[in-house]
Amino acid sequence: MSKPLFEIKDIHVNIEDKEVVKGINIKILPGEKHAIMGPNGSGKSSLVNALMGHPNYEITEGEIIVDGKNVTDLETNERAREGMFLGMQYPLAIPGVTVSNFLRTAVKSHPDGEARVKTFRKDLKRHFKVLEIDESFATRYVNDGFSGGEKKRLEILQMGILRPKVAMLDETDSGLDIDALQVVSKGINEFCDENVALLMVTHYQRMLNYVNPSHIHVFMNGEIVKSGGPELALELEEKGYDWLQKDVPEKVEAQ
Amino acid sequence: MTDDIQQEKNINEIDDPELEKVKRIEDEITGEYKYGFTTDIEEDRIPPGLNEDIIRIISAKKNEPEWLTEWRLDAFRTWQTMKEPRWCNCTYNEIDYQGITYYTAPKNTPQYQSLDEVDPEILKTYEKLGIPLEETKRLLNVAVDAVFDSVSVVTTFKDKLEELGIIFCSFSEAVQEHPELVRKYLGSVVPTNDNYYAALNAAVFSDGSFCYIPKNVRSPMDLSTYFRINAVNTGQFERTLLIADEGSYVSYLEGCSAPMRDENQLHAAVVELIAHDDAEIKYSTIQNWYPGDDEGKGGIYNFVTKRGHCKGKNSKISWTQVETGSAITWKYPSCILEGDNSIGDFYSVAVTNKYQQADTGTKMIHIGKNTTSKIVSKGISAGHGRNTYRGQVKIMNSAENSRNFSQCDSMMIGGECEANTFPTIDVRNNSSTMEHEAYTGKVGEEQLFYLMSRGIEEEEAVALIVTGFCADIFKQLPLEFSVEAVRLIEACVAFPDTLG
Repeated sequence: MSKPLFEIKDIHVNIEDKEVVKGINIKILPGEKHAIMGPNGSGKSSLVNALMGHPNYEITEGEIIVDGKNVTDLETNERAREGMFLGMQYPLAIPGVTVSNFLRTAVKSHPDGEARVKTFRKDLKRHFKVLEIDESFATRYVNDGFSGGEKKRLEILQMGILRPKVAMLDETDSGLDIDALQVVSKGINEFCDENVALLMVTHYQRMLNYVNPSHIHVFMNGEIVKSGGPELALELEEKGYDWLQKDVPEKVEAQ
Repeated sequence: MTDDIQQEKNINEIDDPELEKVKRIEDEITGEYKYGFTTDIEEDRIPPGLNEDIIRIISAKKNEPEWLTEWRLDAFRTWQTMKEPRWCNCTYNEIDYQGITYYTAPKNTPQYQSLDEVDPEILKTYEKLGIPLEETKRLLNVAVDAVFDSVSVVTTFKDKLEELGIIFCSFSEAVQEHPELVRKYLGSVVPTNDNYYAALNAAVFSDGSFCYIPKNVRSPMDLSTYFRINAVNTGQFERTLLIADEGSYVSYLEGCSAPMRDENQLHAAVVELIAHDDAEIKYSTIQNWYPGDDEGKGGIYNFVTKRGHCKGKNSKISWTQVETGSAITWKYPSCILEGDNSIGDFYSVAVTNKYQQADTGTKMIHIGKNTTSKIVSKGISAGHGRNTYRGQVKIMNSAENSRNFSQCDSMMIGGECEANTFPTIDVRNNSSTMEHEAYTGKVGEEQLFYLMSRGIEEEEAVALIVTGFCADIFKQLPLEFSVEAVRLIEACVAFPDTLG
């Protein structure tokens, strides 16, 4: 049995002294694809942003373990260098900085960056093909005037280029039409192979038709209220989230 | 298949300059002023202070004709009647004009016939600054006039340029060899009584560059002047006079640096550009004078008058400046658009960090018909820096169908800095159009998080955001200068405490 590549141990997160994530435990083995589902405001995005070290989210308790190493006290960029990646829900524009310059700078910052930069151009070309991106993309400014679909393709492109051990994707499916969703999913499937631990955050089940999860965790009020296999996603699609809320009346009261 | 090859090629083209850039700027982000060393050489130095005798001594040292001596004295008398202006949005202590030394030159040979005569220490200095002057090491395609304290020590590629009739030499040499041209144009764009510092410069200027591009000649290489202040307590007052005759073209580069010294030093230069019919002048500056230390002690007062005269029809003058140095920068490279259809451009990046202050911008005076001007200014403030854009666009009654576009953007890093914008617009006819855009922003936490989540360090992320902000300006610079500019900006903003 292989060791977990990504361990989230009893993580608690505060935003301005208010606890929004209340003790989360998840273990992901290499090659597993976990999905966190839940209604809006349940704390799913807060969890992955906190795991990546966003300054607005404070981890008050718990540990983040990547490939056996505790990264909880590391800066965001150091966590990235240890192999963590977060695909953003709302990727920001960096005017004047070309996609190619941005990606190259990012690649170089990784531990084996010098070696990787040598194959950068080839990698970029290959990834463009997978994501059906025109090569003129390389000279455009990062997310500046990008459509929703282009932004999400760029996120997945970054994941492909940076080759993280732990890939977290925050609502990658939001704002995508069906064609874009298929292409982006193809990219995720291609880049997240048997060596990667994937953690997807999604509101809807629809992306899970293309990226088949091995595990589903249902999030409510900052906690996992139910975990299961892929069949759980279908059940949620059918019944919504309310029935789970009824399952845990004491939590509702605790609010 | 062909498509594949084509695509491969495109991608190569896309990446090469950037790869080059990334390579060149690697490991450069130290935030330290790298040009602060001093050079030990023997100096020919006159006593400090300013009076008519001093001016006569300077003029005599340069063996100048009488008309020029009189021109200087006239300027000095005008200067004495003028009041030091204080409207700059800057604070600084009283300048003691009698405490400044107005002429310092490397000893013995103020004008060198060949490089062999130049003090090896001086050659070493320029090499350290990245501007090797020796034949074998020179930058390709850039002719350099190297000004060391008060004099021009050497001009490279002179012979090659002479074959085309291009005159590129030190100002002193031009006075001797081409007095008719100097006399015709000197002070024609910036008169001696233009302003306090222009008058002072006219009285005491010691050297500078002179350039004449004859009719219908496109200069095959960039012409460049590199100014270096070395001596203690010396003011630098140089003049540049550049004339582009009908149908000619020249790209001119100007770079500057100075040693780190505790006392402030005054740099009051004058630059005059004249463009005749169908001529084009592209003038680029990278100003990296010593900015002072972390407490705001020392640094250069950079009070400069730069003006271009689009005299002829269809002429074009374009100013591009990257201002990263100096304790105080106070200047407005301007264009007088007299010729019909003439064009004036101003592209500027001004960075203030530590306790630096910059009050800079441009003036565009439209006189001829169908004249066009464009202003793109990017101000970056960090640390305790104070950054002010001040601009004036004046469209005269005669300037029918003229157009101006202005864009003034500011970016702030940290909470202790300041950014101001003072645009003035004066349109005196009904057929002209004006457009003005402005943006002020902060380097945001979210942008930083985004870049850092990809493994990029905080300092590098800030530098990336800031150089991106200036990308439109860097595009205007020749490649060599563009690389230098990116490197400088990165070094300038790379202070870990600026985000505090």
